[in-house]
Amino acid sequence: MGKATKQSESVDNINEKGASGRKKFFDVSFYHDWCKACGICMAFCPQKIIGADSRGRPVIEDGDRCVGCRFCEIHCPDFAITVSDRKPKRRINDV
Amino acid sequence: MPTPAQALRHEYLRHNKKFPHVWCPGCGNGIVMGALLRAIHRLEITKDEVVLASGIGCSGRMPTYLDFNTLHTTHGRALTFATGVKLANPALNVVAIMGDGDATAIGGNHFIHAARRNLNLTAIIINNSIYGMTGGQYSPTTPFGSKTTTSVYGHIEHAFSIAELAVTAGASFVARSTVYHADLIDRLIEQAMQKRGFAVVEVISNCHVQYGRRNHLGGAVEMLKRFKDQAVTVSRAKKLSPEELEGKTTIGVLVDRELPVSTEEYKKVRRRAHESGDKV
Repeated sequence: MGKATKQSESVDNINEKGASGRKKFFDVSFYHDWCKACGICMAFCPQKIIGADSRGRPVIEDGDRCVGCRFCEIHCPDFAITVSDRKPKRRINDV
Repeated sequence: MPTPAQALRHEYLRHNKKFPHVWCPGCGNGIVMGALLRAIHRLEITKDEVVLASGIGCSGRMPTYLDFNTLHTTHGRALTFATGVKLANPALNVVAIMGDGDATAIGGNHFIHAARRNLNLTAIIINNSIYGMTGGQYSPTTPFGSKTTTSVYGHIEHAFSIAELAVTAGASFVARSTVYHADLIDRLIEQAMQKRGFAVVEVISNCHVQYGRRNHLGGAVEMLKRFKDQAVTVSRAKKLSPEELEGKTTIGVLVDRELPVSTEEYKKVRRRAHESGDKV
């Protein structure tokens, strides 16, 4: 199945590293106003980096390990997840 | 600077007044809606060129959330309204979004005859094996032996296979996917919308609230895992024996054929009638 090969490719990419020779980082953000805590993102994350808070809503536990497969983004039924390339921080209080 | 996914939501969703949507946590309808957005975005069609028609049911809520030309019609009649729109303005891309009950029970005749006529339409059928919105009654796609509110001791009828019904009825393009294979759904919808002729995309979805709970299939996550395990691609299914295919779902493009399209044939008939010079 194409899905499996695609995922293993994206995992291999971490070792290959980007054109700059550095590992690529991603930011995963949750829009909690739309999230209904269904748990799909936590269960299917290939790196298992999405955990639940006390209300069952997703939180990122180790953001540096995200490989950017975007499984959570396209499988979120509530359009509440955004995966973006990590940008360098310009100010000390940048989130 | 918004990411591509954020830009898609801002462009196509009625995000400022309709969200969060009414569907249950983990419902597959949201995943199909996301796939539809990505497919339309990739085809580079403007919002004014797309018409979405839907019937009644959970899936019927989908056009409410999307900022295209939308029609929320009566039960089972999504395809009839879509046919009317297409005949009135053949330049539009018309997509009918239906549930399994909507397409094969209440609108069963409309579905097979739309496939037989081979109008240039796209039909997306979200098959969750049950009437979810009305309280979990069995639908034509409920599997044999499963428990619902109207078949408490096990269902005694056999299920329809929507995709195979569409193949037999004469649709030009028939494909099937599950909500677990979300990237496959948007590829299939993209192909279906480009196809000349009646194109059907059946998406196997989860109703863990009404169906999964009564049949001990677990929640949304467990049902999605089942779809992943049960799915077999078309190319792989050809190599397997019927015994091995028992309980499996074939996903991918089942039929892709060129047939005369009725909107174009209608134009030719008009021309022939005009040229014959008969006074009718």
